[in-house]
Amino acid sequence: MWRDAVLVAGKDLRIELRSRVALWQVVPFAVLVLVLFGFALGPGRAALRTAAPGLYWLAVLFSTILVTQRSFAIESGEGTRDGLRLAGIDPAGVFLGKAAAVAAQLVAVQVVLGAGIVILFDVRFDAVWLALVASVLATLGLAAAGVLYGALSSGLRVRETLLPLLVLPIVAPVLIAGSRAWSAAITGAVASGASWLKILGPFAAVYVAMGVVLYGPLQETA
Amino acid sequence: MASAVHLRSAVALAGRFPALSGVDLSVAPGEVVAVLGPNGAGKTSLLRACAGLLPVTSGEAVVLGCDLRADRAAVRRRVGLLGHDASLYDELTAGENVRFAVRAAGMPATRVDAALDRLGLVGRLRRTPAGRLSAGQRRRAALAVLVARSPELWLLDEPHAGLDASARSLLDGLVMEAAEAGAAVLLSSHEPNLTVPLADHVVSMAGGRVTEVARGPRRPVLSSVTGEGSASVA
Amino acid sequence: MTARLTRWTGLAALVTTALTVWLGLWVTPPAKVQGTLVRLLYIHPPVAWVALYCAFGLAALSSVLYLWRRTRSLFWDRLGAAAVEVGVVFTALTLVTGSLWGRPTWGVWWTWTARLTSTALLLVLFLGYMALRRVPASPEVRARRCAVAAIVAFVDVPIVSFSVDWWQTLHQRGTVLNPGLTLKVHGSMAWTMGLGFLAMTLVFVWMVLVRYRLEVLADRVGDEELEVSLSERWAETGGVPSPPAAVQAPELWGGRR
Repeated sequence: MWRDAVLVAGKDLRIELRSRVALWQVVPFAVLVLVLFGFALGPGRAALRTAAPGLYWLAVLFSTILVTQRSFAIESGEGTRDGLRLAGIDPAGVFLGKAAAVAAQLVAVQVVLGAGIVILFDVRFDAVWLALVASVLATLGLAAAGVLYGALSSGLRVRETLLPLLVLPIVAPVLIAGSRAWSAAITGAVASGASWLKILGPFAAVYVAMGVVLYGPLQETA
Repeated sequence: MASAVHLRSAVALAGRFPALSGVDLSVAPGEVVAVLGPNGAGKTSLLRACAGLLPVTSGEAVVLGCDLRADRAAVRRRVGLLGHDASLYDELTAGENVRFAVRAAGMPATRVDAALDRLGLVGRLRRTPAGRLSAGQRRRAALAVLVARSPELWLLDEPHAGLDASARSLLDGLVMEAAEAGAAVLLSSHEPNLTVPLADHVVSMAGGRVTEVARGPRRPVLSSVTGEGSASVA
Repeated sequence: MTARLTRWTGLAALVTTALTVWLGLWVTPPAKVQGTLVRLLYIHPPVAWVALYCAFGLAALSSVLYLWRRTRSLFWDRLGAAAVEVGVVFTALTLVTGSLWGRPTWGVWWTWTARLTSTALLLVLFLGYMALRRVPASPEVRARRCAVAAIVAFVDVPIVSFSVDWWQTLHQRGTVLNPGLTLKVHGSMAWTMGLGFLAMTLVFVWMVLVRYRLEVLADRVGDEELEVSLSERWAETGGVPSPPAAVQAPELWGGRR
């Protein structure tokens, strides 16, 4: 399972390195979302600073949709989807590999987004470690939930519209916990912020576990 | 000897359409079977069902000793399917595509270069992303995946389409080699003159069923068509 | 058998609902503080109970039983689908009745209380399930797809309600109004509310039974269409109409395996 996961993640990331879709399309999109939110909220510094964590996590959620769609677009050629099934790869390995690749791309998106809110919204972190830990846990959860639903909707003609409808309500707890934890990291209310990790951690664990178990039956529906 | 493919009244649905409407076919290891028929006869569906991709919903279906109705995943890693659309990642080179398939199957990487050489994918061709290869070169790269994995059952869907004369003879050679090594081969085609010369048996399909089985030129006259394990309409 | 069960359940649902309406609107007295608004109490909690526990509990159970190999049968798939559809209706009703009560009580149609927010999210989750169910596929593929989606969504429900709960208590402390639970319910009001629970549960059971039957009929139409297309397929071969004995429509759809 782990060997297969490494193989699949390596393949997906290599394809990303060649095509640069996440880098040249998803990252600019995420930054654009931040800028548009800035326009919508007006130039008042205080308002922007308060809204920054929520806007950041919304942008991350939207990016998750795009990165997941891309992750399954590379498998969507009639031949390649069969190829992955015919290759004899353990479904749990496919899931873990794809989720790892999605997570890696989301980390790249978040590095730029984090710089974005610091520069655009004048945000300063009081407890950087809290923001980082929250990010890591949230990213794992988002990648796992995204890949699960990406597999569910891949190969369907309505996948572009169906995927956001399915994924966004599921990841609502990540939005809530992520932005609360980041608010706390900014204001320095570490104790209340850290308690949100108790949602992000289990969310990630539950969705990774479910992916490992359910990806097999899911692959047979493609 | 157990047959490589054994189908009896096999029905397979593509969505809600009965792509296979009751196929009877058996193929022994080492046999080459040409599957002929017009468009929409069910040739591609037959190959996909044998590969464990299209679920068989009724009848008997045993491939390489695995019951397709019980466990399709076990069959998949032992068959090789060459579809209309070569199963390659466009961003990866021919070499990387073959290496991915070989490593996924848990086979030694030494097979990669040999397979690429065998298909004439050398030098620059090996390092070009598959998306920039010509249709014929893509087909060769997809065949290299099959050669490297050396499956027990080869399922070739219109394998001659889009290949030039030299590639065709290369393909014919690979098919013969595989059969002599004991693999069963199913070749689909709507051009009999390319596939029939290779075949032990020639199977005609129409309406999602096998309508006729004839002896092919490769089969010695003495061996009876109805013999154990050979292709036959039940 | 099922037809008769459906009819009697329907009748019982009708009678108990009518009784609840009569007791709720005419017999019970208006409450001291809430006045006549309290009458929503006879309908809102029972509807919410059906939506959140009966419907989605049943759907979760059926999805798990469908995916588990030993109990796999399209029965569970149809039951789950029926429960989700009815559940969506009841969830929407929960939100509507809650909102109707909230407007005169709080002065707004919607407040971001934990309960309201997680119920709304639940509604969206199961609208997603229904959207997925509408995607054409063979019944088995659809069943598997939907069962996976349902389980993934169900696991989310406690996380959602937990996080929303937390989010709300941390940031809107003091604005929480929850008179539905602090109200003293007694006498004829308690009886009426109890009857409301019974009535709504019966309505739920009746709707699920009807919806289940509809699924069976839809699948039967599918089977018949399949037989037609099979014989058309055979006709393509030049008309050799000797369908093998093993090919029989109910089995094709994996009816009971």
